[in-house]
Amino acid sequence: MDEGRDPVIPLKGDVPIMSQAEGLSGQLVAPAMEVTEAGEAGGVGSLSRIIWRVFAENKLALISVGMIIFMLLFCFVGPHIYVTDQANLVVTNINQVLAHPGAAHLLGTDPNGYDTVGRLMVGGATALEISLLAAGIATVFGVFFGAISGYVGGVVDAIMMRIVDTVLSVPTLFLLIVIAAILKPSFWLIVFIVALAAWLVPARLIRGETLTLRTREYVQAVRAMGGGGSRIVVRHIIPNAVGTIIVNATFQIADAIGVLAALGFLGFGVPSPGTSWGQMLSDGISYAQEGAWWLIYPAGVAIILVTVSFNYIGDALRDAFEVRLQRR
Amino acid sequence: MIGYLTRRVIQAVIVVLGVCLITFILYHLFPGGATSEARIILGPRASPAQIGIFLKANGLNDPIWTQFAVLVGHVFTFNLGYSYKLNEPVSTIILQKLPKTLVLLGLSTLLTVIVAIPLGIFQVLRRNKPSDYALTTLSFIFYATPTFFLGIVLIQLFAIHWHIFPPEAPQSSSVGAILTDWQALVLPVFTLAAVYVAGFSRYMRSSMMEALTEDYVRTARAKGMSTRRVNYVHALRNALIPIITLLGLTLPAIVSGALITEDVFNYPGMGLAFFNAAINNDFPLLIGTVVVAAVATVVGSLLADILYAVLDPRIRYV
Repeated sequence: MDEGRDPVIPLKGDVPIMSQAEGLSGQLVAPAMEVTEAGEAGGVGSLSRIIWRVFAENKLALISVGMIIFMLLFCFVGPHIYVTDQANLVVTNINQVLAHPGAAHLLGTDPNGYDTVGRLMVGGATALEISLLAAGIATVFGVFFGAISGYVGGVVDAIMMRIVDTVLSVPTLFLLIVIAAILKPSFWLIVFIVALAAWLVPARLIRGETLTLRTREYVQAVRAMGGGGSRIVVRHIIPNAVGTIIVNATFQIADAIGVLAALGFLGFGVPSPGTSWGQMLSDGISYAQEGAWWLIYPAGVAIILVTVSFNYIGDALRDAFEVRLQRR
Repeated sequence: MIGYLTRRVIQAVIVVLGVCLITFILYHLFPGGATSEARIILGPRASPAQIGIFLKANGLNDPIWTQFAVLVGHVFTFNLGYSYKLNEPVSTIILQKLPKTLVLLGLSTLLTVIVAIPLGIFQVLRRNKPSDYALTTLSFIFYATPTFFLGIVLIQLFAIHWHIFPPEAPQSSSVGAILTDWQALVLPVFTLAAVYVAGFSRYMRSSMMEALTEDYVRTARAKGMSTRRVNYVHALRNALIPIITLLGLTLPAIVSGALITEDVFNYPGMGLAFFNAAINNDFPLLIGTVVVAAVATVVGSLLADILYAVLDPRIRYV
C-alpha cells in the first residue's frame, strides 16, 4: 500500500495513545471501517444509535465528554458569572499583585494583578478556540489532500505523499517556531501554525482509506454513470471514511492543545493581554520559587484534563465505529 | 533488502532536500526580504550603498534558483553561515552543542526503552487486572502531560521542595564534565523520557498481546513449554521488533521534546541555542539548527529502519 516506507508489522490491537505512530501505521486501522455502503438497509438512524450505545457503555468516555462540556462552559460562560477584569487592568493596589488564593480571588492573582480563575477562563477560551479551529482546518485540508492523493494515484500520489513524509520526518516544533519567530504571532497565525503540524496524519489515514474505497462497486457505478472525480471524492469517498475522520479529528484536537501549549510556553503565543494555558505556565514559572503554586498547577492540570478527555473520547469513538461492523 | 535500503537512503536524501526547501521558504518569509536582513546586520544607519554591497556579497541579488542551489550546497558541505549575535560560524556553534543534545537524547531514549518494555510486558501478564488499568490510566495522564509542565513539577518537588537534585542542567562546556555531573542530569533526562515511556509501554503492551496470539506461541505451549519460556523467549523477541520502528517514528517528536526540555532546564544544547536564536532574530543560527536537527532526525529514522530490516528477515520489501 505504502511503497516501502514503513515496514510495520500490523498490530491488531490498536495503539490508543500514540496518535502519531498510529497515523503512520494508520492503514491498519482503516480497513476495519471501510465497509459502509451507501443506501444500506437499516438507515443512518439505527446505525448512529448503535454507535452511540457502544460509546455510552464506556464510562470513562462519558466522564470525558462531561469534562469537555464543563471546560467549555467554564471558559465561555464562566466569565459572565465570575466577572473579573482581564483586559484593561491598571495595577493601583500593590496588594493585588500575586495575592494568595482567598475569598476575593479564588485562585489568587498573577504578577500583573489579574485574577487567576478569570485568567484560566480567558486562556482556556483561547486555547480551545485555537485548538478546535486548527484541528478542524487541518482535518479538512488533510482529508482532501489524502483523498485526492489516493484517488488520483500514480505520480501525483507519490509526490503528495513524499511531501507528507518530508514534513513528518522533521521535528515540526522547530519549523513552527521559526515561522513564529519570523512572522509575529497573532491569533490566526497561531491557528495556521498549529494546523500546519496537524494535517499530515489525517492526510495519510484518508489516503490509505481512499485506496480501498475507490475500488468499491458504488464508486465504479458512479463512474459508469458519468460522475466525475470530484463528485466521487466529495460525495462518495469522504462520506464513507467519516468514521476514520471523526476519530482522528478527536486525536488532532488533543495534539493541537499540546502543540499550542508548547508554543505558548516557549513564548510564541497570542499577544498580551490575551493568554493561553501554556503561556500562563510560562509566565508563572518565574514565581514558582516564591511558592506561587496557583500560577502553574491550575493551568497545567487544565491542559492535562482536556488532553486526556479528548484522547479517551477518541478511543471510545474508535471502539464504537468498529463495533458497528461486528453487529452487521 | 539491498534494494529496499537503497530506496530508503534515496528517500532520506530527498527528505533532506525537502527540508532545505522548507528552510529556504522560511528564510524568504522574512518580512521586507533581504534588505531588512541587511539592515538588521549592518545597523539602522547603513547607507544604501553598503546595503547594496551586502546584498551582492551574500548573493542575495542572484536569481532565486541560484540562491536555493547555493543553500543546498552549503547544507551538504556543512557551511551554515555566520551567527551575527554570537560572532562565530554556525557550524562551530552546532558542533559544540550537538554532542550535548545527543547525550540528553541518548540517555532519555535509553531510559524510555528500559522502563517501557518491562512495563508493557508486566501489563500484558496482568492484563485486565486492577494493576493493568491503573498503569493504563497513568500512561494516559503522562502522555497528556506537556513536557514542560512535567519539568516544572519535577523542579518544584525534587529541587525546590526536597533539595534532592539541582534545578538546572549541567552547565559545563565538555560532554565528559556533563556526564560527571550526573545529579544535574537526572531531572532533564527523566522529564524527556517520561512522556515517551507512556507511549512506548502502550505500544509494547499491544505488540506483546499480538505476539501472544500467534500460532508459534500456541505451538510452543502445545509442546509443553513453560509459560515463562513461551512469554520471554518466543513472544517477547517478536514483540520487541516493532519497538524499533516506533523508535524511528517517534524520533522527530523526541527531538522536539528535547527542545522544550533544554529550555526548561537551561541545558546548553542545540535546543537552547535554537531557542535563543529565535528570540534574538539570529536567522543563520536559527536555520542552521533547524537543518541540522532535521538531518539528524532523518538519519536516526534511517538507522532505525536499517536495524529493523536486519533484525526481521520475515519482512518483504515490495
